[in-house]
Amino acid sequence: MTAVVVEALLKSAVLLFVLLTATAYEVLLERKLLGRFQVRYGPNRVGPWGLLQPLADGIKLLTKEDFAPAGADRVVYVAAPVLLMTVALFVYAVIPFGPEVELFGRRVTLYLADVNTALLLVLGASSLGVYGLILGGWSSNSKYSLLGGLRSSAQVISYELSLALAVLAVVLEAGSLSLVRIVQAQEQGWFVLRQPVAFLVFFLSALAETNRAPFDLPEAEQELVAGYQTEYGGFKFVMFYIAEYLAMITQGALAATLFLGGWHGPLLPPVVWFVLKVLLFVVVLIWIRATVPRVRYDQLMGLGWKVLIPVALLNLLVSAVLLL
Amino acid sequence: MIGLSHYLVLSSLLFGLGLYGVLTRRNAVAILMGIELMLNAANVNFVAFTRFVDPTFVRGHVAALIVITLAACEAVVGLALVINAYRHLETVNVDQVDLMKG
Amino acid sequence: MNAEALAFYALAAMVVVGGGLVVQSRNLVHAAVSLVPTLLGVAGLYVLLHAEFVTAIQLLIYVGAITVLILFVILLTEGATGLRVPQRNEQVPLALVVSGALVLLLWAVLLRVPWGPPAGTLPPYNPGAVGRSLLMPYVLAFEVTSLVILACLVGAIVIARREE
Repeated sequence: MTAVVVEALLKSAVLLFVLLTATAYEVLLERKLLGRFQVRYGPNRVGPWGLLQPLADGIKLLTKEDFAPAGADRVVYVAAPVLLMTVALFVYAVIPFGPEVELFGRRVTLYLADVNTALLLVLGASSLGVYGLILGGWSSNSKYSLLGGLRSSAQVISYELSLALAVLAVVLEAGSLSLVRIVQAQEQGWFVLRQPVAFLVFFLSALAETNRAPFDLPEAEQELVAGYQTEYGGFKFVMFYIAEYLAMITQGALAATLFLGGWHGPLLPPVVWFVLKVLLFVVVLIWIRATVPRVRYDQLMGLGWKVLIPVALLNLLVSAVLLL
Repeated sequence: MIGLSHYLVLSSLLFGLGLYGVLTRRNAVAILMGIELMLNAANVNFVAFTRFVDPTFVRGHVAALIVITLAACEAVVGLALVINAYRHLETVNVDQVDLMKG
Repeated sequence: MNAEALAFYALAAMVVVGGGLVVQSRNLVHAAVSLVPTLLGVAGLYVLLHAEFVTAIQLLIYVGAITVLILFVILLTEGATGLRVPQRNEQVPLALVVSGALVLLLWAVLLRVPWGPPAGTLPPYNPGAVGRSLLMPYVLAFEVTSLVILACLVGAIVIARREE
């Protein structure tokens, strides 16, 4: 009993450390890549190739003054980023990084929990994240924040429908809601080959879910300053920022697990394959940000409700018929 | 040992809270929240009875799922009505919505 | 006290305190936000009762969708839900008596009944069992529910749409 608890605690600690470090370096990766896409260098002053830049940024943000705008609802104002970051981290409790391995003479699973309804929990957790956005926007007592919060919650809720519908096709293929079982079902062939339409819908929805360009309307600088996080600074802003970049990794991990075969792959060890797939997804997201201009709000809603949801429904129907 | 009665006592307390909310609130949205509490109390009962009395066919789970679905429907229509009332009458308090025409 | 009892009492406290805040808060946004821990507590109770699928649906629909919708409407009707408007009517004493009496009555009945020991065992794979139950013996209820959803969808759009 104690051994199980210690093992789970150790795994959580390692996971937390890896995720936070990965998020910090993801920001650096984005700045570097964006720099290259725009024919400039990106950060290169702090440490070799700018590798210590995340550390410098972190120290700068953490030593900033901790403030709240006048008229803000203090409790909710502090709770919103905490909630958002907690929920963003929660998802990793059920995502499998690799199969069972032999470590220090005992069999260790490379996931925290194999839950029967893991996929539903992941979807539920991402809809909990909406509270962070909407409450952060409301409690700041600022027009821009409130508009950004309302916009982002409408966007996230709309695209969650198409995301869930796309993912349901994978559930049909695998016959299980458990992420571990879904990965095991892809040993013979990745689901992206069997469900290309679902993958496309998933990809576009994931782009909108993470509030990334070209769907970054919640924080459209030209209209809304920075949306729901306009009035945030210091550590609370860091939490929003981490949650946002963690969401990219989360969507990458979900894409890898659901469509790209999870840890399966030849030659290299399973965990390396998983990380490579997630990295590929993240790089593509950054690439898209550097390439595609922002859409209008009505175009965004039209795409979600009039294109993605019908396509996902149709795809679900066809796959159900084919599988029968 | 936590038995069926523990869950039933808790759910009746939750139901009472919901009822109090429905009876005392003026705002239609707040009344809806009270109703949600009452529905949740009923759901706890359904699931608890499934676990302790009739587990074989998970009938209570099915009932709870249907209740959750209908709660979503009720919230959607209720909130649509609230938005409409607010647009026409600029109030969402049920004791001030007393016009028969919009 | 074992782990199950500890978890139950913690969740029960969460549900009751959250529910109290829902019906008592003067600020409606706070009331809606308190709905979240209440519903999460109920989801935790479902975990204790081995109802995995209902837990997931509770998270997804109740916490993730219905409460967000409620919050959304509160923010959209800020003019009528703000702090300047009194949120409670004159029925408070009456409501206290009625709901208090109801709870006491229920407790009096519930605690007198000798509930037997747990009967039978739950099926091992919960989502599968629920799915089979929904699509075989309860398929009529399932279909009627989907009809209700359709009617609600159409009704809500018709009601909430701005007239041309």
